[in-house]
Amino acid sequence: MPVPILKQGDTLIASIVAALSDDDLLQFRDDLATKIGTVRARGVVVDVTALDVLDSFATRTLRGIAYTAKLRGAETVIVGIQPEVAYTLVQLGLTFEGVSTALDLEEGLALLAAKKQARK
Amino acid sequence: MSELKIQIEREIDIIAARQAGRQMAGQLGFSATDQTLIATAISEVARNILIYAQRGEIQLEQIADGTRTGIQVVAADEGPGIENTDLALRDGYSTKNSLGLGLPGARRLMDDFTLASELGHGTRVTMKKWRR
Repeated sequence: MPVPILKQGDTLIASIVAALSDDDLLQFRDDLATKIGTVRARGVVVDVTALDVLDSFATRTLRGIAYTAKLRGAETVIVGIQPEVAYTLVQLGLTFEGVSTALDLEEGLALLAAKKQARK
Repeated sequence: MSELKIQIEREIDIIAARQAGRQMAGQLGFSATDQTLIATAISEVARNILIYAQRGEIQLEQIADGTRTGIQVVAADEGPGIENTDLALRDGYSTKNSLGLGLPGARRLMDDFTLASELGHGTRVTMKKWRR
């Protein structure tokens, strides 16, 4: 199932609504990198609230998605990592190093707005 | 309780296996956190089956030891086997250049972890987690 990517101003919002297959994740990465260019996005929020498992493959792919977006000129914030998922990532020794995270969509958008303000 | 077997042949089978594991762990009274740890460990070993052996099976079973209740997860395949099992359990080691943490990742999430492999005959990972 493809991940819908919505546009709000110069920000893209992608809500991952169901458990994604590996192929879906890679498709999402490519779609996002393209869409950042077509809508000239400066910020991306990826909402993973609905994901009850983030294994090492998904985590590293999400991190790669954020780095790809960065190279395309957009800042990514990953929001909605569930408490159990956060604990599991710590146990696995995985981090989203260099990628911003926020509690939820609202906080993520606020973080992007603050970063935009700081750039001015 | 029952035993459950999930065939791993396609990518979506990974999701089915970890959801079945979470459900069984929930029925056995594991906490939400432990359910997530178990589901994630299953995801790691199931992906390993696909990457290295193309197909195999995840077996889920309730286990008991005295008064303790637990869940056992077996990931079995008849793939090429692992030449060096010590190396396979080392962080960052991968012969397929995959993004997954695989075996060392799964080991960190479970209480008990054993790896048996025979070249040309397959690999069997047995993992246990006990309810606290």
